[in-house]
Amino acid sequence: MFIKQVSVFLENAKGTLKELTRVLGENEINLLALSIADTAGFGIIRCIVKSGDVDKSIEVLKENGYIAKANEVLCVGMPHKPMGLANILALIEESDISIEYSYSFCRSTLDDAVIIIRPSDKEKCAKILSDAGVHIISQQEVDKF
Amino acid sequence: MENKIYDPKMECISRDELFEIQSKRLAETVRRVYDNVPLYRKRMDEKGVRPEDIKTRDDLRLLPFTEKTDLRDCFPFGLLAAPKKEIVRIQGSSGTTGKPIVSGYTANDIEVWTEMVARALTAAGAGPDDIIQVAYGYGLFTGGLGAHQGAQRVGAMVIPMSSGNTQRQLMMMKELGSTMLCCTPSYATYLGETAREMGIVDDLKLKSGCFGAEPWSEEMRRNLEGLLNIDAMDIYGLTEIAGPGVSFECCAKNGCHVNEDHVIPEIIDPVTGEPMPYGVPGELVFTTITKEGQPMLRYRTHDICVLYDDPCPCGRTHVRMGRITGRTDDMLVIRGVNVFPSQIESVLVGINGVAPHYVIIAERENYTDSLEVQVELTENMFSDTVAHIETLRRQIADQIKSVVGIQCKITLVAPRSIPRSEGKAKRLIDNRKI
Ligand SMILES: [Zn+2]
Repeated sequence: MFIKQVSVFLENAKGTLKELTRVLGENEINLLALSIADTAGFGIIRCIVKSGDVDKSIEVLKENGYIAKANEVLCVGMPHKPMGLANILALIEESDISIEYSYSFCRSTLDDAVIIIRPSDKEKCAKILSDAGVHIISQQEVDKF
Repeated sequence: MENKIYDPKMECISRDELFEIQSKRLAETVRRVYDNVPLYRKRMDEKGVRPEDIKTRDDLRLLPFTEKTDLRDCFPFGLLAAPKKEIVRIQGSSGTTGKPIVSGYTANDIEVWTEMVARALTAAGAGPDDIIQVAYGYGLFTGGLGAHQGAQRVGAMVIPMSSGNTQRQLMMMKELGSTMLCCTPSYATYLGETAREMGIVDDLKLKSGCFGAEPWSEEMRRNLEGLLNIDAMDIYGLTEIAGPGVSFECCAKNGCHVNEDHVIPEIIDPVTGEPMPYGVPGELVFTTITKEGQPMLRYRTHDICVLYDDPCPCGRTHVRMGRITGRTDDMLVIRGVNVFPSQIESVLVGINGVAPHYVIIAERENYTDSLEVQVELTENMFSDTVAHIETLRRQIADQIKSVVGIQCKITLVAPRSIPRSEGKAKRLIDNRKI
């Protein structure tokens, strides 16, 4: 029901993102989705790679001195049209779940738009959305993107 | 472990009675050094203090300080307060540069020192049935002979191995059935690891050890206790004051009781020299009050620690000193507040479970000092949400504020981004142009 995400700590300094993407690229790891959270003091990079690449990503990042962790996030598909995301967010808000962050896939093999959601309570959020008929995208589907 | 006390009458004396004894002995010491040691007389005259001004222990603050350099400058016999013919022993430390530091002991000084170590060994469980292996170096260094004399005093069988030759140490330990070990904690760890490798730990009869002559941590204690299946006890001392046994740990393993009937400890503000109350960190200062050969008035150790006077479950009433957490050279004064890296470190350990690498940076802008603490993020501290990391940052800042009393800016930095030299990071950077 959930998909694996890799998060990496980055200092706010010139060239750190470039360096991170180089490390992953040189190890033949492709980024399916990417988001950057930056604060005044530091940044967090979150990305989706194929499930078979998650452990390898963390390993090579650690070897290169990064702090990286894997966790699970919710991935949902929605019609590629106005109100697509708004309707989903309305469902989540009604059930008192907050969203820590959200970002979207660059591309997918689906007709739907695909976004990633990190809810405060991911089990509950997944249930509410699937009960409402929202397409919850599985790890297997993502691996085919 | 068992609570054994060598001299319950003196070690568990009431604080009021102790105050009387200390006051009397301090006055005698001051008179003695004023009459016999030119340096002390000169310093007291400069401060306008007469021996008769020192009536109680509380008058200690009137007296001048003594520094390590004074011992060097007066080398070898310039600080003796007894005629040379009464000195029966010289101990000292070699020192890496220049002149060594030596201290002369009268027969009574040796007697007092022996008793201090006997108290320490008794607290660590020693008695006539014990076989005590002394693996401190014998010689000018006070460790070997100090432990030896104390072990003999409690009636134990002493094995004077001195330091080194690990295989032989372990062979004797096993064959003779040593029940206690006296050496540095790092050598004890090495002995323990070697014994593990040889698979002979279960053949040993060791039950406890008295370890000192270098600073160590609770983590080292846990490791040592596990390696050798023993109680690992701390013993503290310095040649300038007596040697090992100035203070020692009891069964509560919560700080070292200072032998206050012989030595008065104080904590002072390292910058102003003002005495500080119990419970706050500062520089440790000792005054000997029974020493005849080479008494010390307010000797500044430049070690940072805390003194505690709350009651100890063992029943001893003498104050306890916490572990040495740093040196006064590792201190910053920010807006009138003394900041020690060890305080910051204790906060970080409390939050993270392990001390991450950090550096404390002082800046001055518009005549205002500010403090930044850069902390290398560890895996435990990291999460995928900004909120989590921001909370952690605030938590670190708040706790430092409550411990140190200063609001710091906390910057989280990537692992290994703080430069290290010889494996250790430099803890303090002072960028203030003063
Ligand atoms: Zn105690």
